[in-house]
Amino acid sequence: MLDISKIRNQFPILSSKVNGEDLVYFDNGATTQKPQSVITAESNYYQNENSNVHRGVHFLSGLATDKFEETRITIQNFISAKHSHEIIFTKGTTDSINIVASGYRALLNKGDEIIISELEHHSNIVPWQMCCEQSGATLKVIPLLDNGSLDMIAFENFLSENTKLVSVSHISNTLGTINPIEEIIEKAQAVGAKVMIDGAQAAAHIPINMQSLGADFYCFSAHKLYGPTGVGVLYGKEFFLTKFPPYQGGGEMIKEVSFKKTTYACLPHKFEAGTPNIAGVVAFKSAIDFITELGLSNIAKYEEELLLYATEEVLKIEGLKIYGTAKNKSGIISFNINKLHPYDIGMIVDKMGIAIRTGHHCTQPIMERFNIPGTARISLAVYNTKEEIDICIKAIKKAKMMLS
Amino acid sequence: MNTIQNIQAEIVEDFEMFEDWMQKYEYLIELGKELALIEKQYKTEDNLIKGCQSRVWLHAEKQDGKIIYTADSDAIMTKGIIAILIRVLSEQKLEDIIHADLSFIDTIGLKEQLSVTRANGLVSMIKKMKLYALAYQN
Ligand SMILES: Cc1ncc(COP(=O)(O)O)c(C=O)c1O
Repeated sequence: MLDISKIRNQFPILSSKVNGEDLVYFDNGATTQKPQSVITAESNYYQNENSNVHRGVHFLSGLATDKFEETRITIQNFISAKHSHEIIFTKGTTDSINIVASGYRALLNKGDEIIISELEHHSNIVPWQMCCEQSGATLKVIPLLDNGSLDMIAFENFLSENTKLVSVSHISNTLGTINPIEEIIEKAQAVGAKVMIDGAQAAAHIPINMQSLGADFYCFSAHKLYGPTGVGVLYGKEFFLTKFPPYQGGGEMIKEVSFKKTTYACLPHKFEAGTPNIAGVVAFKSAIDFITELGLSNIAKYEEELLLYATEEVLKIEGLKIYGTAKNKSGIISFNINKLHPYDIGMIVDKMGIAIRTGHHCTQPIMERFNIPGTARISLAVYNTKEEIDICIKAIKKAKMMLS
Repeated sequence: MNTIQNIQAEIVEDFEMFEDWMQKYEYLIELGKELALIEKQYKTEDNLIKGCQSRVWLHAEKQDGKIIYTADSDAIMTKGIIAILIRVLSEQKLEDIIHADLSFIDTIGLKEQLSVTRANGLVSMIKKMKLYALAYQN
């Protein structure tokens, strides 16, 4: 059992007031709040440890490098990767996907196919569109069923020897659907395709294990995982990352530079050109430690309980429709009430101190699929409580009354 | 006389009566419901205002040297906000619209009531209204 009030106490921002009311933060899908340990680690780095990594011989440079590499090992363990050099530090999920997409640009030819799905975040759509445009490959999109899950029959029909890559999200940031990625990976790899998983919404909520999952690439952002902004992870199988061309040229990523020929550094540095967000990477470790201490399976269990409670309670609001009712769901509830515009609802509950997200959530194809301008979205984290859900629902009811 | 200045003063007076945000919002919602709606044929891409998170269409027509605005939005609060702007600027002379000093917006704290994205939308709306007046002048 998790002690939620003890967890809440670790997050300074959760005791703040918004518009004169206690903050209720339900926009965790966009970014989570940070525990004191992460905030301290980031400022402590600048106060006591700051130096550039992998460069100098002096004491501080060594210390910064050790700290930086410690996070890599921590993440390797966190996602059960085989090697630490399979962990590449990036700016975030978007950056990670772009690295892979830009690598594929050089590897693909006309006639090759990439498969994505209708529920992807724009950052798992646009890089592939660009990749296809430049390589001549074709993009195929797995359609959604009405309950917000993937049409797996359509997916299987797409698969052929032309399929080179499948890139889908682990969990939909708008619908909350947990996609059957084990099945997707198995079936795609059976036809010789590689699989990339966008784990932005998963890494803080359900346990992930790279070795048993077998994904070729997996990525996520630190900031959605109680960590700092501007840091993310690209996991890639050693074999593949070795074959991949570098993404950006610069310092750190080289072995030898001359005007005749430059050779590239080994993994992971090949993909980490330039001075990285060292403070962010160092603080990222504290975020992972925070999660590991609580235990991801405990977190998943608690958030599921919250999701069930919140779903039951919001459905008591007359005229409310939930988008995304797949059997296997994470703590995300997207909804509309009658013909009310989600912005109107969001504006009013904001005045009552409640942060929910409204709009298309960077998933315009989903909005088109359901023919709606947007939704209001509640997304949960481990520090949320049933009391907060009650407060939120009361506020939504109030908004509905004012707007109808 | 219903000059821009006079109407602004009236609105400021209206808002002074409200005790909290809820009354302001309720007032905006009421105004939104009463907004003079744009005719369907003018709900075009050209008349859509960029910079608003909800969709806003604005149309302007010239009659006897004055401009008449009509608008619509899919969000009711946005409609309320544009209704206020229309109350101030519609049926005014071109010159007056172009040079209008809309300081009442700060006085009634409308911007603080809105999130940043909405405040940007508000700026876009005012800009578009003035641009229409300029276009008709030339
Ligand atoms: C499913 C999914 N993919 C990708 C992203 C992009 O993540 P970031 O903005 O951290 O790069 C998000 C963030 O909202 C997301 O929810």
